Amino acid sequence: MSVGKAVGVETIGMTMRFGGFTALDGVSVKVSAGSFHALLGENGAGKSTLVKCMMGFYHPTSGDMLVDGREVKIDNPRDASALGLGMVYQHFTLVPSLTGAENLVISREKVPGIIDWRKERGDLAVFMERMPFKLPLDVKVAELAAGEKQKLEIIKQLYLGRSFLVLDEPTSVLTPGEAQEVLGLVRDMTKAGDLTVLMISHKFHEVTAFADDVSVLRKGKLTGTGRVADLNHKAMAAMMIGDQPIAALDSRAAPRPDAEIVLKVKSLKAPDRTGLKSIRIEDLGVRSGEIVGIAGISGNGQKEFLEVLAGQRPRDAGEVLVRGTAYAATRAEARALNVRLIPEEPLKNACAPKMTVAENISFRTFDMDGNGRPVSWISTSAIRAFSARLVEQFKVKTASLSSPIASLSGGNVQRAVLARELTGEVDLLIVSNPCFGLDFSAVAEIRARIMKARNAGAAVLLMSEDLDELLELSDRIFVMSDGALVYETPIAQASVQTIGEHMAGHH
Amino acid sequence: MDATEIGLWGVPLAILGGAIRVSTPFIFVSLGEAITERSGRINLGLEGTLVFGAMTAYAVAVMTNSPWLGLLAAAFAGLCFGLFHGWICKFPKVNDIAIGIALMLFGSGLAFFFGKPFIKPKAPNLPAIPFGGWSDIPQVQAALDVNVLFLIGAVLSVILWWAFRNTRAGLIVRVVGDSSDAARAMGLNPDTVRLLATGVGGALAGIGGAYLSLYYPGSWTERISSGQGLMAVALVIFARWNPLGCLAAALLFGGAGALGPALQSVGVTQGYYLFYAAPYILTLIIMIATSSPTRTLAGAPGELSITK
Repeated sequence: MSVGKAVGVETIGMTMRFGGFTALDGVSVKVSAGSFHALLGENGAGKSTLVKCMMGFYHPTSGDMLVDGREVKIDNPRDASALGLGMVYQHFTLVPSLTGAENLVISREKVPGIIDWRKERGDLAVFMERMPFKLPLDVKVAELAAGEKQKLEIIKQLYLGRSFLVLDEPTSVLTPGEAQEVLGLVRDMTKAGDLTVLMISHKFHEVTAFADDVSVLRKGKLTGTGRVADLNHKAMAAMMIGDQPIAALDSRAAPRPDAEIVLKVKSLKAPDRTGLKSIRIEDLGVRSGEIVGIAGISGNGQKEFLEVLAGQRPRDAGEVLVRGTAYAATRAEARALNVRLIPEEPLKNACAPKMTVAENISFRTFDMDGNGRPVSWISTSAIRAFSARLVEQFKVKTASLSSPIASLSGGNVQRAVLARELTGEVDLLIVSNPCFGLDFSAVAEIRARIMKARNAGAAVLLMSEDLDELLELSDRIFVMSDGALVYETPIAQASVQTIGEHMAGHH
Repeated sequence: MDATEIGLWGVPLAILGGAIRVSTPFIFVSLGEAITERSGRINLGLEGTLVFGAMTAYAVAVMTNSPWLGLLAAAFAGLCFGLFHGWICKFPKVNDIAIGIALMLFGSGLAFFFGKPFIKPKAPNLPAIPFGGWSDIPQVQAALDVNVLFLIGAVLSVILWWAFRNTRAGLIVRVVGDSSDAARAMGLNPDTVRLLATGVGGALAGIGGAYLSLYYPGSWTERISSGQGLMAVALVIFARWNPLGCLAAALLFGGAGALGPALQSVGVTQGYYLFYAAPYILTLIIMIATSSPTRTLAGAPGELSITK
């Protein structure tokens, strides 16, 4: 239960094969005691496999682990925790309906049959005094903000006496301010020699600001390692992605301030998913040829707003106008007004996973003939021809047109959805988290496509939890917090600091 | 029974008595279901368990002449049903609701098969405590004749409410019910916890069945349960998975169930059949009033297949 002394961990020639596929190929990484080590790599580069081998979730095909210079055998997560090795997952492992205190106590190795809460609370208060984070432990975890949950996850590991922590993309759900704070505090603990940290990340600026050392993985191999101080972003990016071509962003056509307002939202009110609160959008206009970004921490109403625009959620009051016409997201309206939608998690929200690639690509057009008139008999050959053209044009990698779309990789599902949504005339494009979980080249390509649509005159509403993405693409940025748009800035004057403060609701 | 002496006062009195008498099986089944659902599974088979428990209790009581042995046998039979459900559901791609429905039919069918010879004989009843001894009015005495199982059920709901917060077992059940991932990260095996929770839930439902055949109505017939096990499942949702809520909801349902007989006893001759339907109408109204297309149920365990 006490804060231990930092331990150093080293892997030697770690190799992991799943059948014929080598996920990890002879990776040796040395994380010295009391250091803050970053592990960089794209999705599928083997980062998770490496740490899962270290934590005993996987049994590596070959390779050794050293803890404090001594060879150890880790067969399961229990062995790892006995050695003081702990992991903070990207997805929270706290139990939402339990309070912070209940979560901490129940995660302990030995819990008494009947819990004496008076004594436990006393012990927790003493423990929390030595912690750098201050947290309310008596409220349900479900009511904590994402940043607080992340802190509680870290505190839980320290409470369990872990002195080597793996942080798996710890800031992906935090505001820039929260990320700074959490990583800063963790950094202080490593400096004091209480903790060793191995952080999985793909954000270069975090690595530069907080890490001492960095190791980079690509396709299961270690492609570089060194002191962060000796490396710049470019060198790290080269190690990470190798020499694959990256699609370049179109240069931004100059925005026309007098362009037609395509999407207009007035005094919109809708219940959020708990039904206890509501989202309120007072006034939002998106002009033709501009990208309006909406920033915010997840759970602040962006999802509900998108669902209203997509017709998935009823609204209590207010108007949504497209080109001055009331828009209720019916199929006929979307077709007449050229509204297209790219929701987040496209496989779940924009596809029928078990239907074929060809069928999914032709969802918008399968019931029309070449002149836009409804047909009574659907022509499979027309669907196949249409899809074949789009698959070619958008470089969707698929075994065949008749494979189920669920068998495609995340990037290719998103390409297929883009192909469907960006083909034909697009006046209004509504996009949400388009690049979540995709690799470098897919991200660059998808952003380039969105920019191209904007330059072609589409009005684009882009909701994203990735601030870098918004700063790269948007012409104007709104911040959504607690169900309302609380801040607006043109891109030229946008500051990460100010946006972050509004995201956290500090204004 | 002559109800005219105390006139219309007989109605609330009969409802109170009815609430206590009728609610007991609801209390046990809903507490059992609450434990099971808190662990992240739904066992719809409790209706079958209830009927089978009623038959087992009656049969064993007839053969041994001891209602308590009958009660124990019913609990054991319920435990077996629960464990069977829990064991099947651990296999991947098995749907707990479908298995529950199958077990409901299986339990009832098995009870009818084994129960045929026990429809005629008379079994000894479970004892009741006459709390109404201070009064001369027979209706008061009848209403306050409280069965020990009701008292045990009431105490059990308080204990469960306390245990969900203050014991390791209670916290573990809540952890498993709310997040399998978190449970696995803690080194808990969700399947084992759910197996045990379903087993305990089944045992409690079996006890509820024993009450039906050994106290009220107090004999074994094939129509003994008339869907009480299913309504208890609805009741758990209404009670927001809180054991104290289960007790209150069971009393409410029991009272509603007593409305028809009470009105009949004071001489209402028209339309009292409608009031026999009161518990079912109440179930419908509550389910409609507490549901919504746009929000999820507050307090629902995160792993439950109906709320996921």
